[in-house]
Amino acid sequence: MDIFFQQVINGLVQGSIYALVALGYTMVYGIMGLINFAHGEVVMIGTLVAIAVTSSLIGAGVPVAVAGLGGLAAALLVCMALGWSLERVAYRPLRGSPRLTPLITAIGMSIILQNLAMIIWGRNYLTFPPLLPKINYEFAGAHFTLVQVAIVLISAAAMSGLVFLVYRTRLGMAMRATAQNPAVASLMGVNINRVIAAAFVVGSALAAVAGVMVGSYYEIAHYQMGFMLGLKAFTAAVLGGIGNLAGAMAGGVLLGLIEALGAGYIGDLSGGFLGSHYQDIFAFIVLIVVLMFKPSGLFGEKTGERA
Amino acid sequence: MNKWLSPKSFFGIVLITAALVALPFLLGMGGGQAWVRIVNFAILYIFLALGLNIVVGFAGLLDLGYIAFYAVGAYTWALLASPHFGIHWPVWAILPIGALVACFFGVLLGSPTLKLRGDYLAIVTLGFGEIIRIFLNNLNAPVNITNGPQGITLIDPVSIGGFSFSGTSEILGLTLSGPQKYYFLLVALAILVIIINLRLQHSRIGRAWQAIREDEIAAKAVGINTRNIKLLAFAMGASFGGIAGGIFSAMQGFVSPESFSLIESIMVLAMVVLGGMGHIPGVILGAVLLSILPEALRYGVGPIQMALFGKMLIDPESLRMLVFGLALVLVMRFKPAGIWPSPERKRELTEKSGAKA
Amino acid sequence: MQAKLSVVALSVAAAFALSACGKKEEPAPVAAPAPIATPEVVVKLGHVAPMTGPQAHLGKDNESGAVLAIEELNSQGLEIGGAKVKFELMSEDDQADPKQGTIVAQKLVDAKVNGVIGHLNSGTTIPASKLYFDAGLPQVSPSATNPKYTQQGFNTAFRVMANDIQQGKVLGEFAVQQGVKTVAIIDDRTAYGQGLADEFRKSAEAAGLKVVANEYTNDKATDFKAILTKIKSKKADLVFYGGMDAQGGPLVKQMKDLGIKAKFLGGDGVCTPEFMKLGGPAADGEYCSLPGMPLDQLAKGPEFKQKFNAKFGYEIQLYAPNVYDAVMVVADSMKRANSVEPAKYLPEIGKTSMEGVSGKIEFDEFGDLKGGAITIYQYQGGTLNYVATLGGSPVAAAVAEVKDAAQAVAGAAEAAGTAAAAAGADAVKAGTEAVKAGAEAVKAGAEAAKAAAEKK
Repeated sequence: MDIFFQQVINGLVQGSIYALVALGYTMVYGIMGLINFAHGEVVMIGTLVAIAVTSSLIGAGVPVAVAGLGGLAAALLVCMALGWSLERVAYRPLRGSPRLTPLITAIGMSIILQNLAMIIWGRNYLTFPPLLPKINYEFAGAHFTLVQVAIVLISAAAMSGLVFLVYRTRLGMAMRATAQNPAVASLMGVNINRVIAAAFVVGSALAAVAGVMVGSYYEIAHYQMGFMLGLKAFTAAVLGGIGNLAGAMAGGVLLGLIEALGAGYIGDLSGGFLGSHYQDIFAFIVLIVVLMFKPSGLFGEKTGERA
Repeated sequence: MNKWLSPKSFFGIVLITAALVALPFLLGMGGGQAWVRIVNFAILYIFLALGLNIVVGFAGLLDLGYIAFYAVGAYTWALLASPHFGIHWPVWAILPIGALVACFFGVLLGSPTLKLRGDYLAIVTLGFGEIIRIFLNNLNAPVNITNGPQGITLIDPVSIGGFSFSGTSEILGLTLSGPQKYYFLLVALAILVIIINLRLQHSRIGRAWQAIREDEIAAKAVGINTRNIKLLAFAMGASFGGIAGGIFSAMQGFVSPESFSLIESIMVLAMVVLGGMGHIPGVILGAVLLSILPEALRYGVGPIQMALFGKMLIDPESLRMLVFGLALVLVMRFKPAGIWPSPERKRELTEKSGAKA
Repeated sequence: MQAKLSVVALSVAAAFALSACGKKEEPAPVAAPAPIATPEVVVKLGHVAPMTGPQAHLGKDNESGAVLAIEELNSQGLEIGGAKVKFELMSEDDQADPKQGTIVAQKLVDAKVNGVIGHLNSGTTIPASKLYFDAGLPQVSPSATNPKYTQQGFNTAFRVMANDIQQGKVLGEFAVQQGVKTVAIIDDRTAYGQGLADEFRKSAEAAGLKVVANEYTNDKATDFKAILTKIKSKKADLVFYGGMDAQGGPLVKQMKDLGIKAKFLGGDGVCTPEFMKLGGPAADGEYCSLPGMPLDQLAKGPEFKQKFNAKFGYEIQLYAPNVYDAVMVVADSMKRANSVEPAKYLPEIGKTSMEGVSGKIEFDEFGDLKGGAITIYQYQGGTLNYVATLGGSPVAAAVAEVKDAAQAVAGAAEAAGTAAAAAGADAVKAGTEAVKAGAEAVKAGAEAAKAAAEKK
């Protein structure tokens, strides 16, 4: 039983990170129906910026806690600026072009960001300075660390903040209106361009938070780390029903749990035929099965003709 | 019978044929056999791009896992013509089998995803591509089928009636190297594939695909069996991928799962979109550009840096990818329908610019 | 070495880059003015390694090894087949990509090189070996460790490094020596990691160890908690990892986070400073292995190291000694065949028997290094400490046994002498018996050496 607990904890922590990144995909998709394939790279840039700033602050003798906050602040600023410019430079000129055009642009941006990061930070794996003291808790035989607790709490806080923003503020209302019908929303006085830019900025801010969390959790970072993470998070968003905030969160946590429990138990359940080498495909298989029965994801509403 | 024999197009055909025949010899003299090999890979990418064009360009189904069919074709060839299982079947048996197996996988992918549209389909196909790759990578235990990450070695080259396509041989007084022989085989197959594509495009099926792409409900309303027609698109696209995979396997003599990663699927999709989705000449152009460009940059970027700065400031490899990414973004920015779009598509775009994506 | 990606010498890359900027070395050897009397032949050797991409630093290191070897050969003023020989290096970049590997192999075949040194990765070496075989070109790889490379039946394929089978076997034996009873095995599903883990599994099971868990990850993963939790539930004494340091470092860290007490053991992929950097204190006390013997312990090792540093101004990364040896093997075979023609000197490569800087070089019938030695290291506070060299040539091992036995005899005789002097007849009897036992051991050892020599 302690093993089961441990796997649930493993999955929950991983899932919180997926959920946070998935929100970035889902916000942009919900408002303008675009897969921002470069979102994973925004997370990567966030981690690398945080490493650079935190390490140099620690090197300058600043206390770790302050240096960590400084790193987070820098990551937030850089990522938000990056999200804004992505939208402004790459996606806005493409509104109204064929659906695949922005997808290729996104792939192009993803390649550009990865290679820029590689030129700036090099090919080496970088170590992230530990931001929180290494405290190891034990509960019912399961081990977890302070960092893991912090990740779950911070993710929950960030997500609640986002829900508040979307459902309780004027900007949120404008976002929801734009998502429903941009033309009508703009007739009602909503500045569509500003709303879309805001969605990119908010999504990138969440990516920055996720980036710092990933960095401090695994204590490593690399210019290619964003791609796989982005892919998983995107899967989570689709699993939950893309365009739906609650769906992205649920999808993320669910994906984390599926991976951990799948890797932990599939070998014994299948009598050794399948094993943890199939860990990466459980998510996809669950996704395919879910979409076969609910073509718009677990929580997605029926979108009708919107492809 | 009509326009093909008009003197003008006849002259054009002769010119193109002459150029195609002369190309490998010119390359062989100028840049060595290595360039012939590069051109061969470019032709393989033309196969792939044309196959994917059926799915994405004609039928409008976004497929991000296309490389899976290439992998299936490559492994089919590898398993049926290598010492791995001790089977050495001839080319005329394996190539159709490879196409059929890939076709089967195409239907396998197509059938559960029929109801999905747009981006949901994209992520499921992406997942499908990864599933195939991961299975190929892991099916070495409990029963060794694919030999796992070690890959399969000593795959037979293409040989027709005792005439092997690998190694150098003399034909009609001409010395032909292995890559040159493969070049002619590939060009012959490419012409076949292009003709099939052109015929398909204007057939009943081709028009049905386009109808689905434009408006699925309307297509259904006019009596098109959308389910079968969509499956047919997946199946046809997959078979082209399977054939390309088989040739790849035979040319390389070695396959391992690392050749079939997600980035390859993305590259092929980029070729289709960049060239001009749904427009066969455009797609061919896209495939040639994207497969030759990185090679050309490899030979260009390094020396240019050396000439300008006297030393390597940025590793040529990363600069090459940077230029590649930039090219994707810029082309999409200024030619959203691709470099060489079909005339109708271009018209549509200029008419309803500003409409909802 | 298939997936011997970025990782191995990444750590040293910074230092490397700095020094590389400072000194630009000339890949092509300086042309020596040739005397007019004797004709001169130019011998072109191809060298292939990734010179761009994540493994560029390793590729450069390999190339430097080859450059050093070729300069030395040219300065010796060799004459082969009545002509003065000038070696030239033709260096090509395969980017560690199989497709690219065949393209540059084609280039070398086109250029009619006399032999090929390379490639660095198994993933490119294997597809390229077919082209070289078809062209009858001898190929000596300094670092491709995938067993398949030499098992294809190509008489042109050789390697001067222990393969994954040899390494996995030794690691299994080492695990037994550590008093371990149960092991868990993780591999990263790359050709390198999976091959090594498979051989370790075979060797461990043959030695009576119980494999309680087989788990897998991939070469891009960062989270290993799910599989480690499972391993924890199976209560293994040792976790073996077949894969690279970029994953190994975080893996060993997460092991400690989960409170796993098992020891950690890995192959050359994790035997790097990078692993220690990423693993931090969690790596301390764990073990890993590298093919070959430490350079300091070899006859020509320190001298080579010094020459290398003096010429290039930076430390050897990984395979430079092996590349140097590979070039020397080719040159040596040409000398013995008295010809630089691939077809003529190819049969001589198999008969090579030379003392290289990386150790004794002899090939078996497949073209593999005979009895490649493997050295075990322990991580300690950010350095790799030498533990033991296992495997190696059977003759060498037998000779060592004989030497040990002889020492034992001498020791026993001495003991007997003192005992006799001190006490009575009983002690003398015991002493004589000890001497007798010792003598028998010497005999057995000598026989083992003879048998080993015959087996060759």
